[in-house]
Amino acid sequence: MSFQPIKFYQTGTFTVGNRLLAPEERSVQASDKRYNSINSGHRACQGCGEALGARYAIDAAMEATQGQLICANATGCLEVFSTPYPETSWQIPWVHSLFGNTAAVATGIAAALKVKQKKGERNPAIRVVAQGGDGGTTDIGFGCLSGMFERNDDVLYICYDNGGYMNTGVQRSSATPPAARTATTMAVGSEPGNAFGQGKFVPAIAMAHEIPYVATATVADLRDLEAKVSRAMELRGARYIHILVPCPLGWGTASSETIKIARLAKETGLFPVFSAEYGEQKSALAIRQKLPVEDYLRPQKRYAHLFGKQPDVQVIAKLQALADRNIRKYNLLEGL
Amino acid sequence: MLKQMEGSRAVAEAIALCRPEVICAYPISPQTHIVEALGEMVKDATLGDCEYINVESEFAAMSVAIGASAAGARSYTATASQGLLYMVEAVYNASGLGLPIVMTVANRAIGAPINIWNDHSDSLSQRDSGWLQLFAETNQEALDLHIQAFKLAEELSLPIMVCMDGFILTHAYERVDMPTQQQVDQYLPPYEPRQVLDPAEPVSIGAMVGPEAFMEVRYLAHAKQMQALERIPQLAEEFQAVFGRDSGGLIRSYRTEDAETIIIAMGSVLGTIKDTVDAMREQGHKIGVLGITSFRPFPYAAVAAALKDCQRFVVLEKSLAVGGGGIVATDVRLACTGMGLQGHTVIAGLGGRAITVKSLTALFEKACAGELELNTFLDLDWKAVNKQLEREKQVRRSGPIAENLLRDAGVVAARNY
Repeated sequence: MSFQPIKFYQTGTFTVGNRLLAPEERSVQASDKRYNSINSGHRACQGCGEALGARYAIDAAMEATQGQLICANATGCLEVFSTPYPETSWQIPWVHSLFGNTAAVATGIAAALKVKQKKGERNPAIRVVAQGGDGGTTDIGFGCLSGMFERNDDVLYICYDNGGYMNTGVQRSSATPPAARTATTMAVGSEPGNAFGQGKFVPAIAMAHEIPYVATATVADLRDLEAKVSRAMELRGARYIHILVPCPLGWGTASSETIKIARLAKETGLFPVFSAEYGEQKSALAIRQKLPVEDYLRPQKRYAHLFGKQPDVQVIAKLQALADRNIRKYNLLEGL
Repeated sequence: MLKQMEGSRAVAEAIALCRPEVICAYPISPQTHIVEALGEMVKDATLGDCEYINVESEFAAMSVAIGASAAGARSYTATASQGLLYMVEAVYNASGLGLPIVMTVANRAIGAPINIWNDHSDSLSQRDSGWLQLFAETNQEALDLHIQAFKLAEELSLPIMVCMDGFILTHAYERVDMPTQQQVDQYLPPYEPRQVLDPAEPVSIGAMVGPEAFMEVRYLAHAKQMQALERIPQLAEEFQAVFGRDSGGLIRSYRTEDAETIIIAMGSVLGTIKDTVDAMREQGHKIGVLGITSFRPFPYAAVAAALKDCQRFVVLEKSLAVGGGGIVATDVRLACTGMGLQGHTVIAGLGGRAITVKSLTALFEKACAGELELNTFLDLDWKAVNKQLEREKQVRRSGPIAENLLRDAGVVAARNY
């Protein structure tokens, strides 16, 4: 799949669509030849951002490898909703081992393939992706992930970030944003919700490993997401894509608003969408219409404590400062 | 070919002859020399078509082995002690998924207190993990068991730990008979996986299984270990046919004909026990030895048969089920249910405490005379233990236990409480 830096949006709207493109430039999902790697009928919640992200990401990786893909999956929502035997939704070879070892399992698969391909026992086109949620990636799986990066193993790792442990009932992870309510960062006390100054932005840590490719994406810009997977598959070595996937259950948003919420995360600058190669930023998806963080926060019940009778202007200002810093740091207004 | 070499090197060369395709390495004493030697062989291409991966933890080591095995590669790693405990979640996962990984465990104590020396606490803590556990008595047997282990693991689709005493075997230079590549190739066929991650035939491995089938999955793992009880002696015979050497098997009896007292043990201590028994036989004691090679699956029937003509047995083990007693002894007692034998448990050699012929002789003489207690802690310093117990009675903040004991023993100088 080739990718043209074309403006998909119709002027003055958020409408995005393949109809603005020549057929050969349209998305993988727009094609009736799409792989349907994860089939319909799985048990994800209505409006699940992760299911959508995984569908686009894995099908794009399948397109890039002409169907020669093996996937390792961490424990979590994606694993649980897609596979209870005998109802697996996966149409590709897929393995789930544990919560915290997915990057290492993928390393093992890649190592096995390298030997088998060298011996001529396996198709040389077969590649490996690993995937997990933010808990399985930024917390419990982080040691194995960093090891995989550091060794530059030939694995594309995809993190679907919904900002918490949603499968176990919406607990805080190190990807939970400041001020957000979870079951373990309750909206009570003098500083309700998750603390400021905690959490970690793994794409930046991945960049510090100077691996060939790091990118972020959201389910609001699916063509951008596909293009990033496609670019990642052109490269060898350790690659990391971090996709923001809203969770209606955990965020307290309408299931019909998943894409809108993801777009607001990007348009406010709270979630920077960019790519980097060998530790240096290469691109930034520009904010089209800069919006105050309040527009992103207000529709989400996890931030409801900020919008009582008296909006918590101090906390909102702190969140705005985080967004502004992202905008400066990643050139989100001009784009790259 | 006969060679004089370190146990670790011998095992590494035997592993290389088995043509592993993925080796994961993480350092922990006393297994480190094995993976170091293998790393060198991969790097200088003595061992071709093999990926050697320096991982960041034992948890990753087992996880890489899981991925590699699921993708159809013959996979190997080695560990010990804390390393084995650190990888436990993945250890259970490998057996649950039915992946035939072979792992050397260079048996070592588990902390705290931290201790690098040999006992069997590490692998025995994984008794119920679903892995087979084979214990080597000598370096030759360690080498041979690895070759048998790959064959057995891959036949059953179950992982195997080959256990060899840390330092006592891993670091000992002994004569070993190193097989040829041709012999190993004749014995060990290429790995044909029962399940493999392959785009040509996609499967989902490791998905969630609810109450409707989980018990059956578990039972099948058990059933396979029961199959192993039949296969292990056959594999030893097949091994002898190719390599001309009697090695492996479930159990090994030594001078048990007409024995009234049989000493049961696992691993390298069997050598010392046999020497002791030889001397006692010369003095007319009717005593013999039973070595257990296969701890899992546990050969209940074979052990019962081996003990059927004796009057008493003594299980001498380098492990302790704290709050219970012996671990191996529990299995042996179960094997002898209803046989009317007098059974004794001896906990010995924990954390590398030397097991001497002198102590064994006194112990066995007491056993032969029918005077041995039910449970014995061999060469335990009761004075030190009682002093600490008394200290704890006297002072609430009695301090770190291990430091107190070392100070009492005069090993460290520190202020007295």
